[in-house]
Amino acid sequence: MAKIKEKVMEIIFAFTACVSILSVILICIFLFVNGVPAIEKIGLRNFLLGTTWKPSMEVFGILPMIMGSFYVTAGALIVGVPVGILTATFMAKFCPPQLYKVLKPCINLMAGIPSVVYGFFGLCVMVPMTRELFGGDGNSILTASFLLGIMILPTIIGVSETAIRAVPEKYYQGALALGATHERSVFLTVLPAAKSGILAGVILGVGRAIGETMAVIMVAGNQPRMPKGILAGVRTLTANIVQEMGYAQGLHRDALIATGVVLFVFILMINLICSTIKGREDK
Amino acid sequence: MEKIEKQRETEKIVGINQQTQKEKIAAYKESPLSFFLWILVLLAAIFTMSTFGLLVTYILVKGVPNLTPSLFAWKYTLENASMMPAIINTILMTILSLLISMPVGIGAAIYLAEYAQKGNKLVGIVRITAETLTGIPSIVYGLFGALFFVITLKWKLSLMSGACTLAIMVLPVVMRTTEEALLSVPDDYRTGSFGLGAGKLRTVLRVVLPSAIPGILSGGILAIGRIIGETAALIYTAGSISEVPNSFFDSARTLAVHMYHLSKEGLYTNQAYATAVVLLVFVLLINYLSDLLANKLSKASGGEK
Repeated sequence: MAKIKEKVMEIIFAFTACVSILSVILICIFLFVNGVPAIEKIGLRNFLLGTTWKPSMEVFGILPMIMGSFYVTAGALIVGVPVGILTATFMAKFCPPQLYKVLKPCINLMAGIPSVVYGFFGLCVMVPMTRELFGGDGNSILTASFLLGIMILPTIIGVSETAIRAVPEKYYQGALALGATHERSVFLTVLPAAKSGILAGVILGVGRAIGETMAVIMVAGNQPRMPKGILAGVRTLTANIVQEMGYAQGLHRDALIATGVVLFVFILMINLICSTIKGREDK
Repeated sequence: MEKIEKQRETEKIVGINQQTQKEKIAAYKESPLSFFLWILVLLAAIFTMSTFGLLVTYILVKGVPNLTPSLFAWKYTLENASMMPAIINTILMTILSLLISMPVGIGAAIYLAEYAQKGNKLVGIVRITAETLTGIPSIVYGLFGALFFVITLKWKLSLMSGACTLAIMVLPVVMRTTEEALLSVPDDYRTGSFGLGAGKLRTVLRVVLPSAIPGILSGGILAIGRIIGETAALIYTAGSISEVPNSFFDSARTLAVHMYHLSKEGLYTNQAYATAVVLLVFVLLINYLSDLLANKLSKASGGEK
């Protein structure tokens, strides 16, 4: 009797472990089954490289949105990566312990703030600010990049800090002993040694930036056209789905799901790169 | 006696080794690059902290005066834009999602940590899929939820569809933290339990699992944080009816979704600020709880590192 119970429970545990596999399979099936036929109908070339998105005329080209996601993510990296890595360096190597006790919870809190709140802050503060400083209507690639750059900071800081702290103290001491200053030791020996960990953090940041939806919708303007300069509005892949999914029918709806498929494939590629880097590090 | 003297001597040596302010300035004069790097690092830290400070103070200053009693009325009307139903919905959504994801996540972690043998192929696949789930953006979860729970299972826009979608989303978080907690339970506990004649199942459920509870709780808290802040995955799964639902299969908007609708419509900016304050308070509370747990954990495992 006891043996049967043991066996049954083991099978139940094994089954719960399989739930995550099942979820990934279901997500793939539902996205691909609904999205891929739409891509076939529109034509892969027309879909990915088409520059016009006019659902009312059954023209579905998502290149503007791909470019939009690309520009906004690149902009976010320009803001977020240097600031993030430098802040992580500060926290790991420059920060007095008392200050650290305040800083660390703040960074954690920053990671926990919901994206709608970031988006709302962007809408109420950053959009008017961009409008006044640079002209245009404020809903722009610039605003979205800046906001996303701030949003990916906690991710980059967290991962980079761990990576910097994982570098053996010997490296730093060795550099000091050779006569380097504190800053030179940190920047020329410790940071290069933490390279792959920092890179993993940056890639995680890329994933967050591409996948971010609510904050971007509120500040990017969402016009489905090819981006015309840094102050023009832009629509990202994620925004495209949220904006039109509410009322879309037929092929239009499937085209939106296909947009989700493209996004999903991008994210899978980023994950793959991230785990390759991690795997190399473990060796 | 001798020992103390020796200790004093070493302390003195450390003292000599420390740079004085004067020497620091001299060193910077000799190496402007170092000074420049120091300034850069400082500026970055100041930038991060000031953006964070600005965000929080701005929301608090604009939002706290708008926290009027009518915002917490039991019924939502167009005039008061009350967030009370949304708060209740958020709590319901959190409980329901956790009820689904916690047992599954803990079970999966038990399998990975306690049952799976080395070189088990299933373990590798489970890990890869869990990692994949972590990276999927919330809007893709939303799309999947809309296609699977809402349309295929015919659950319509409902609390249940939303909770199931979120449960899948937080599953990897629960799994990872629980597994870490289980792995940190010393093997002595297990061998001790076996030695007393307990079976595998009894050992896992009565001995290992209770000692891992703080770690499991911290996973739950992380999951709660994600559920409360989630918007994109809920818009097309749980819908946007701002009333407390009569059943699990009725539509319900959570606080974050409520805030999105308020700010999108542009008519309720003040109410949106107030909602943001409430969301911030939730997040603060969760962070405080998880810090508390983390401290307890590090104390239990033998002081700080």
